[in-house]
Amino acid sequence: MIPAARMLEATKQYVMDGGTVHALRGVSLEIPTGDYVAIMGPSGSGKSTLLNLLGCLDRPTSGRLMLGDEEISGASDDRLSEIRASHIGFIFQSYNLIPQLSVLENIEVPLYYQGRIDRRQRQRSHELAELVGLGDRLKHRPTQLSGGQQQRVAIARSLINDPYFILADEPTGNLDSVTSEEILRLLNDLNEQGKTIIIVTHEPEVGKLAKRVVRLQDGLICSDKRTRK
Amino acid sequence: MSFIWLRTWHLGVKSLLLHPLRSLLTVLGIFIGVASVVWLLAIGEGISRKAQEQIEGLGATNIIIRSIKPPEESIENAGSSRSIVPYGVTRADFDRLITTIPTIDRALPIREVRYRFGYLGRNTEGRLVGCTPEYAEVNQLEVARGRFLSDTDDHEKWNHCVLAAGTAEKLFPFEDPIGQAIRIEQAFYLVVGVMRDRTPTAGIGGSLTAQEFNNDVYIPINTFWSRIGDLIITRRTGSREGELVELSQVTLRVDKVENVLKTAALVKETLKLHHRKQDYAVTVPLELLKQAKTTRLMFIVFMGLIAAISLVVGGIGIMNIMLATVTERTREIGIRRALGAKRGDITRQFLVETVVLSVMGGATGILGGLTCRPLIGAIRGVMQRAAPEVFEQLPDVIREVTPIIVPWSIPLAFGISVTIGVIFGLYPAIRAAAMDPIEALRHE
Repeated sequence: MIPAARMLEATKQYVMDGGTVHALRGVSLEIPTGDYVAIMGPSGSGKSTLLNLLGCLDRPTSGRLMLGDEEISGASDDRLSEIRASHIGFIFQSYNLIPQLSVLENIEVPLYYQGRIDRRQRQRSHELAELVGLGDRLKHRPTQLSGGQQQRVAIARSLINDPYFILADEPTGNLDSVTSEEILRLLNDLNEQGKTIIIVTHEPEVGKLAKRVVRLQDGLICSDKRTRK
Repeated sequence: MSFIWLRTWHLGVKSLLLHPLRSLLTVLGIFIGVASVVWLLAIGEGISRKAQEQIEGLGATNIIIRSIKPPEESIENAGSSRSIVPYGVTRADFDRLITTIPTIDRALPIREVRYRFGYLGRNTEGRLVGCTPEYAEVNQLEVARGRFLSDTDDHEKWNHCVLAAGTAEKLFPFEDPIGQAIRIEQAFYLVVGVMRDRTPTAGIGGSLTAQEFNNDVYIPINTFWSRIGDLIITRRTGSREGELVELSQVTLRVDKVENVLKTAALVKETLKLHHRKQDYAVTVPLELLKQAKTTRLMFIVFMGLIAAISLVVGGIGIMNIMLATVTERTREIGIRRALGAKRGDITRQFLVETVVLSVMGGATGILGGLTCRPLIGAIRGVMQRAAPEVFEQLPDVIREVTPIIVPWSIPLAFGISVTIGVIFGLYPAIRAAAMDPIEALRHE
């Protein structure tokens, strides 16, 4: 089976006023389909850069990145957008829902940029809303929801395009412990149903729930441990 | 494709409704611009149409020659202040013109002077007009009772006269004027007819002043010449003024419109030979008509310029608001980019918003423009009641203008508003699309 994502000696440099910053110094990583990976590390370790590369928000300076069987390293800006719209599910720390859209419309945003919404997909967005427990709030605006509910909408949104993997950036960072647990349970359930999940976090409790923990330090992977099958 | 556009429109309207007041004010900017395009063009058209009608009222085939008093100093130079110097168009000019220029098919001599008319104890002042029978037709005067002057009246130099409505009302408030005799100077004239009320004509340019017909008395021109003569002395308090004029006005009619300008040149040339002073003025309505058409064009360009400025101001308003909106929604742009929006999608989204704003401004502006006529009427009515003195002092053009909506100004105004939306929305939209999604996501 083709892995969800593969990274080969990827580096990333940022040229700034003060000189060049080496955010990643050659990272190789393979994420098989169905995996549940936690990427951890102190701030400045290159977590965010790795996340941006995996999320196709950015291209590596050198090295290779493949999503499914597609080479990302040299793709155009528009192609990266297409890949994000159809193959990646994002979950952010601050939910990042669009305030003027309803719950249902927020869930459908990625479909919108794929160019069409048919009846089957509309049906699916209803199902996803049910799945995250918001079937009765379809017409609500994000501001009318609690933080936990907003993050559920974000999870539903990340699933709408049936992505290669879900990329979660500190998904519980803004939530209290009870709600965090709910969200993490939801992610766990999704993984058990076969979804690939990559979670970026600095909270050890969150990392513990993953099947595999990748630690970064100074732009390099310093450990890559599988904690459970 | 159509789906994307439909969604984008839907989204655009939704985003604008997030800030209803802000959107409304932006729309107002375009509304004013578009409405002013329609208004200014309508007012310009109204004024020029009126001017054209007035000129056409003079007759496109006519050439009008009027005697004018030469400047004072040339009179004083000619001799002592007591002597009265003759000026103006003469009978000899008249004969020369009609005999030498074949394209003139009718010539109307007129001699007019202000006089006092009396009947029994009643007196009134007005214009005494010596004329031929065609005068009534040429000036669109209609007979109310009796008849107008006839060829026989003129030929036989009879003391017959016709009263205008106002004069008849003043001299004969209670009786029938027809068959009565009124006194003009030392002679009595038999009233043979009374004319209908006639609205005064407006003046055009310097050489032709406004004419008021309601206080006139008409007598045959030959009677005028033989009974009253060319020299007229008017007494004012303490001084006497005299004028020695043979003809006040000659209206020539040319046989064909094509010949008017050539004939006018010939008339001017002929008069110049026999007049050392500029004591006459030649008015050619056709020439005025051509001038009026040029003026109209200039007017439209000028008005268009003013309207264009207000539209640009509206456009800058749109741009300003969109730039603020783009900054404010940086986060949203980041989210959309992360979820798969291409640069083009973002550009389109913001462009659609500005186009929605400007189209709304354009549509309401057109509606506002169409209210031009009733609204100007209302303003005029209010002014007339609130400040009649000020209103009276306004020039005729402003008091009487009836705006005429120029049909092409509506698609024009609409097209301009959409263009403004696209032009002024493009920069903010491109700026939004150019944002780095990672930076935008991080934006608080």
